[in-house]
Amino acid sequence: MSTDIAPRTRLTARQRLSRFDVKASPYLYVAPFFVLFGIVGLFPLVYTFVVSFNDWDLLKGQGDWVGFENYANVLTDRFFWNSIFNTLSIFFLSAVPQLFFALVIAAVLDQNLKGRTFWRMSVLLPYVVSPVAVTLIFSSVFNEGDGLANNIANLFGIADVQWKHDVFASHLAVATMVNYRWTGYNALILLAAMQAVPRDLYESAALDGAGPIRRFVSITLPSIRPTLIFVVITATIGGLQIFAEPRLFDVSNAGGIGGADRQFQTTVLYLWEMAFFRRDFGEAAAIAWLLFLLIVGFALLNFLLSRRLASSELRAAQRKAARAIAESSRSAR
Amino acid sequence: MTRRRSRIRIDRPGFLAYGLLTAFLLASAYPLWWSFVVASGTNATRGETLPLIPGGNFLSNAAKVLDAVPFWQALLNSVIVSGVITVSVVTFATLAGYSFAKLRFRGRDGLMLFVVATLAIPTQLGVIPLFILMKDLGWTGTLGAVIVPTLVTAFGVFFMRQYLVEVIPDELIEAARVDGAGQFRTFLTVAVPAARPAMAILGLFTFMTAWTDFFWPMIVLRANNPTLQTALAQLQSGYYIDYSIVLAGAILATIPLLVLFAVAGRQLISGIMAGAVKG
Repeated sequence: MSTDIAPRTRLTARQRLSRFDVKASPYLYVAPFFVLFGIVGLFPLVYTFVVSFNDWDLLKGQGDWVGFENYANVLTDRFFWNSIFNTLSIFFLSAVPQLFFALVIAAVLDQNLKGRTFWRMSVLLPYVVSPVAVTLIFSSVFNEGDGLANNIANLFGIADVQWKHDVFASHLAVATMVNYRWTGYNALILLAAMQAVPRDLYESAALDGAGPIRRFVSITLPSIRPTLIFVVITATIGGLQIFAEPRLFDVSNAGGIGGADRQFQTTVLYLWEMAFFRRDFGEAAAIAWLLFLLIVGFALLNFLLSRRLASSELRAAQRKAARAIAESSRSAR
Repeated sequence: MTRRRSRIRIDRPGFLAYGLLTAFLLASAYPLWWSFVVASGTNATRGETLPLIPGGNFLSNAAKVLDAVPFWQALLNSVIVSGVITVSVVTFATLAGYSFAKLRFRGRDGLMLFVVATLAIPTQLGVIPLFILMKDLGWTGTLGAVIVPTLVTAFGVFFMRQYLVEVIPDELIEAARVDGAGQFRTFLTVAVPAARPAMAILGLFTFMTAWTDFFWPMIVLRANNPTLQTALAQLQSGYYIDYSIVLAGAILATIPLLVLFAVAGRQLISGIMAGAVKG
């Protein structure tokens, strides 16, 4: 635009250079991202598909083209289904309480607290402990003989729990590690959404006699739905790829493949075992693709489901809220 | 300052609120404290029901950690890996984010849609071809193999774009161009100063994510050249586990992040609340 003002008729070399600069620069700036992402992000994902159709050994490399054989093997493999079951079970055991507590904490933090920054920092403390360190700590906490968890259970007269052997107990232990690290983090995301809710809504609802729980359910929850959806989806994508926790929870049994009987072997852990223990890259690639489909499918399902819930309830809530505001302003006058 | 009565009635938190937060803080902090207590005692300390008082063995247990794994090398490796990844992600994300936010070019919207779509894709699942690639290049066991796959992130580009759309007025870019600044000059003098707060937040989260990553480093690195996380994992091998040593390692590895948290905790919080998400 500024070049148009120049009253010259012929372009000088300098102007031509400037023109090239304007045209090419936007592409040059996005190019590093796309080139690098293509090579190390997208290409491997697509090439996983190719590997999954071949016999492919970790050491010997590419073998014969086998079509869908790897998929057939994986889908009839009971260890694969076991890993899917474990992944989903651990996912639900972590996602549900995590979301619940994150909501409660966010609601508490949303009040006029003394020492606001201190409480927010305190909520985020576990996030700075790496998943590996969290796992080492909780592997010790859940040690069956003399760990903290069983010591406390014994105080209440509960016998020692087999945290590393029992299926459900081990899932609970792994889920606890995930919850420990992520609950406060998610609470802060939800808090940000809660702070965007107009305070007038709460005031008029309070004037109408709605208690704190009622206000939370009928004003806060519907208002923060989009953020809630976001948290659920990121929790899904992360939660279905849990690795460090089951890998390191009980290393003394079977070299850390998720328990002596694979009772807490997640699918990513099984993928790792298939690729680097059994050296079968072909089947491991098939597992990767199946897990990929599962994750994308789950995320999509969550999205559609919660959006439908959100749109109908949100609209109703908004209408109600608008009416409440209109009424209270009328009565104030 | 006068406050309306209804506001006070709604917003004043009671004992219940502080009680809940205190309980949550204790539940968050006690596992860490307990680890320190065990790490400063002997393996027998864990037999006590709720040990609260640390013993005097932390330094000797920490010394055993340093004997068992190449701790200092792992620390240095983690600093290098996380540092390089952070600089790269922030640089390329700012460049691309600026281009998407403020420059006009053919195909812009389509390319941006692509970036958004890849946000939800678990690229971690491409580990097998990535490993084949690193093996063919002869990079397995080197830090380069850890660094290269995370040199850019779709999230970084998305995050910077969202921020820059808001904060840079188009007039400012026009003004720089009228002054005769080339595109890159304009980027450096207008965009980068405006982007600085977002760059800091993105950098912080990228650093944290790279620092705590375990899956890929564990696959591609060997025991003699680990990052802090893979070194930590080695402490637990074998049938007999001395938890006072393992937990001493966990504490040692957590100290750098606790320091970071003390220094930059506020930025972390505002970053999360501004919509920075899991890496």
